[in-house]
Amino acid sequence: MSVKLTTRQVGDVTVIDVAGRITLGEGSSALREALRDLVGKNQRRILLNLGEVTYIDSSGIGELVSGFTTVTNSGGALKLLNLNKRVKDLLQITKLYTVFDVHEDEAAAVRSFA
Amino acid sequence: MESTLESVDSAEELAVGLAERAGVDEDELMKIGMAVRESMVNAVVHGNRYNAHKKVRFTVAANSENFTVRVADEGEGFDFDSLPDPLAPENLLKTSGRGIFLIRSLMDDFQLRHLETGGTEVTLIKNLVSK
Repeated sequence: MSVKLTTRQVGDVTVIDVAGRITLGEGSSALREALRDLVGKNQRRILLNLGEVTYIDSSGIGELVSGFTTVTNSGGALKLLNLNKRVKDLLQITKLYTVFDVHEDEAAAVRSFA
Repeated sequence: MESTLESVDSAEELAVGLAERAGVDEDELMKIGMAVRESMVNAVVHGNRYNAHKKVRFTVAANSENFTVRVADEGEGFDFDSLPDPLAPENLLKTSGRGIFLIRSLMDDFQLRHLETGGTEVTLIKNLVSK
């Protein structure tokens, strides 16, 4: 029901595989803590794989924006990977789709940080 | 309903279940669910501020023409006209303020009124197209 975050390293890029729901409460706070934790460890090249996200609400969208700002302001980059139609539609409705660097291929996404 | 996040989940589940039985397709079910969720979060978090003494009134109804949801809180209300536009360039990177915008985008009609007894009631309507 809630969110599951799995972090892995691909070169100098940290990939977070997100599965489940990013909604107000546990889901959005787990994502916030994971991103802040990485920035605190100077891991500032972050690829957020949203392929297994089943649901995101306005709070979850707010966490994506917050994470983007936090990472960018620390001199890093937060990019998005594998948006499903639902998430993509929401980012387009809210005009955030062009704010984020969105990728469909992980290898290409990792290379884009170089 | 209680002013808790559990009520948010319950209301969403109830609305989606009824909409499904009313023949609403999967894509529209998701929109209804999300709109209900955003409305309930507004009522619980911003309206009643999780106050255990305040309730959220949630009603849902369907007929052959439309699917209607009403959510009322016992909060202090807010000035609808002063809500910032979340699509304005200066607001794009704000971390909140998209809830009502999303509800309006996801539903066919959205109405808001201030209750005489205090609080705010929102009405969400999805038109049901005969197939």
